[in-house]
Amino acid sequence: MLEMQQVTKVYRTELIETHALRSLDLRVNAGEFVAVTGPSGSGKTTFLNIAGLLETYSGGIYKLDGEDVSNLNDNQRSRLRNQKIGFIFQSFNLIPDLNLFDNADVPLRYRGMPSGERRRRIEEALARVGLGSRMKHYPAELSGGQQQRAAIARALAGSPKLLLADEPTGNLDSQMARGVMEMLEEINQQGTTIVMVTHDPELAARAQRNVHIVDGMATDLAMEPALVRPGQPAAARV
Amino acid sequence: MFAHYFHLALRSFRRNKAITALMVLAIALGIGACMTTLTVFHVLSGDPVPDRSSRLFHPQLEPRSKSGYVKGEEPPVQLTRFDAEKLLRDRKGDRQAMMTGGQVAVTPQQTNIEPFISNARFTSADMFPLFAMPFQFGRGWSGADDEGHARVAVLSRDLNQRLFAGENSVGRTVRFDKTDFTVIGVLDDWRPTPKFYDMFGARGYGQTEGLYLPFSTAVELKMQRSGSMDCWDADTTGDSTSLNAPCVWIQYWVQLDTPAKKAAYLQYLGNYSDQQRAAGRYQRPTIVKLRNVREWMEFHHVLPSDVTMQMWLALAFLAVCLLNTIGLLLAKFLRRGGEIGVRRALGATRGAIFRQLMMEAGTIGLAGGLLGLGFAWLGLWAVRHQPVDYADLARLDPSMLLLTFLIAIACSLLAGALPAWRAMQITPAVQLKAQ
Repeated sequence: MLEMQQVTKVYRTELIETHALRSLDLRVNAGEFVAVTGPSGSGKTTFLNIAGLLETYSGGIYKLDGEDVSNLNDNQRSRLRNQKIGFIFQSFNLIPDLNLFDNADVPLRYRGMPSGERRRRIEEALARVGLGSRMKHYPAELSGGQQQRAAIARALAGSPKLLLADEPTGNLDSQMARGVMEMLEEINQQGTTIVMVTHDPELAARAQRNVHIVDGMATDLAMEPALVRPGQPAAARV
Repeated sequence: MFAHYFHLALRSFRRNKAITALMVLAIALGIGACMTTLTVFHVLSGDPVPDRSSRLFHPQLEPRSKSGYVKGEEPPVQLTRFDAEKLLRDRKGDRQAMMTGGQVAVTPQQTNIEPFISNARFTSADMFPLFAMPFQFGRGWSGADDEGHARVAVLSRDLNQRLFAGENSVGRTVRFDKTDFTVIGVLDDWRPTPKFYDMFGARGYGQTEGLYLPFSTAVELKMQRSGSMDCWDADTTGDSTSLNAPCVWIQYWVQLDTPAKKAAYLQYLGNYSDQQRAAGRYQRPTIVKLRNVREWMEFHHVLPSDVTMQMWLALAFLAVCLLNTIGLLLAKFLRRGGEIGVRRALGATRGAIFRQLMMEAGTIGLAGGLLGLGFAWLGLWAVRHQPVDYADLARLDPSMLLLTFLIAIACSLLAGALPAWRAMQITPAVQLKAQ
């Protein structure tokens, strides 16, 4: 699904060069749930931005769903992002002027989808996250957990192959965080590939695989045997 | 997507009512001032006879005596009656008409209407087809009527309304001064602006006449003429309107359909002047001029210089308003970096962001145009209450109405282009992290 080979990212100013990623190698297979951890400033967010085609990279090869994205222009990257990637952000990033229905409608409109299909998908997605009755509510009228679920619905409405989550529970209390995490696991079980950046070792432990990024380089960690009991649903392990 | 962007623009306005109102007001003020002066400029500089202004010419001859002669001096802007009647008889143009203004006492047959004075034009038969004057009823008179000094009249629509309640009055009789005339035609609405054929009243922006009578008839009946007259030497005839009086007071227009005909007519005027000098009637060197309607209006400086100055000032004011709008839009768009970042992350191309923001700017222009139309209407109302010759002409016509909106939208798009371009360059990753 996602394959990075020797990917580098260098931020240059007049005075200094900052190497955010140094020869990062990472492969995420379709259907996997991968947690990316690492200390602050290690390059996690840069990795996620590059994976989500929000940033370009300085060197290496990045293939998304088998397609080399190195030479895509901005429009092509936008289209690919729209069709294949869903985002979940730490601060939800719902558009405050739009109600939940219209928020979920944003990526579908950019895809040029007919209105009937858009409506069907949005209603399904909002119902799936338990917000079917709140389609006309505005983000400010919802709790943090509900906003994050709405953001998940927005991502799901487009049926992305890859879901990128950046600290999805970072702004939530533990109960809401648990609910969001269970929802991500359920989405993953239904076939969507998820890459989640997190600081929280407990959340990371619930992913199928952990990747640790330090100084812009990724290390694939073996999962802690104590935390993994094969055959048991992830949601039951909290 | 167009309707969707429009919908988003309206939502955005609701979110930032104060800043939106400021932008609409800035555009509206600029547009209002600009359209007020542009409308006056448009009205005053328009082509009074769009289809034929390049084919209608006013000849000038130099019949004055040597007294006061200055080499290279412009010949008089009107003709003597002698010259005008000679040119008319020679009929060297495709059409030609001589004319002068006049005033007649109108005595209606209806006893319930008091006699009144009306402006008149004493002219020859060709004036009606020459200027393509539209008829509501009847027709103009013929050359034979000119020669026969016929008692016939053509009324303006307004006068016909006053005398006959707008009915077909062809065949009816009206008394002008002390003579009965038969109405043979009623004009439809006709008001060439500027009134190019007679620049001597109200700087060319006066009303058209209420009635038209054959020049020969008016002369025979010694009807009172009006307008500019320039005489030289002592008038030995005692009557400055007599055939041989050394006075210029006749306006003369000739239609020449091709450049070749114009050249031939100039040649004819030159030859005529030479003949007149050889006969001792002209004393100054031959100088003839032949200007078409546009050239004639430019020569007379029809457009007041203050109007041009006001227009440039208003355009400068609009530019200042636009600069303000650019600043406000820039602040508004860049403050929405978070939303733009989210939209980019969700698949919006830079072009989509640009279009969305330009739609927002265009919608502000539309609203500014509407309000600006109100300001322009107020401005023109103020102009109409000024003591200027063209006051009553200062009105918005459909073309200026459309232009108001086009300018308003174009200005707002212009003002929005830079802010929208800057906003579409926003790096989504940075904005999303900053949220």
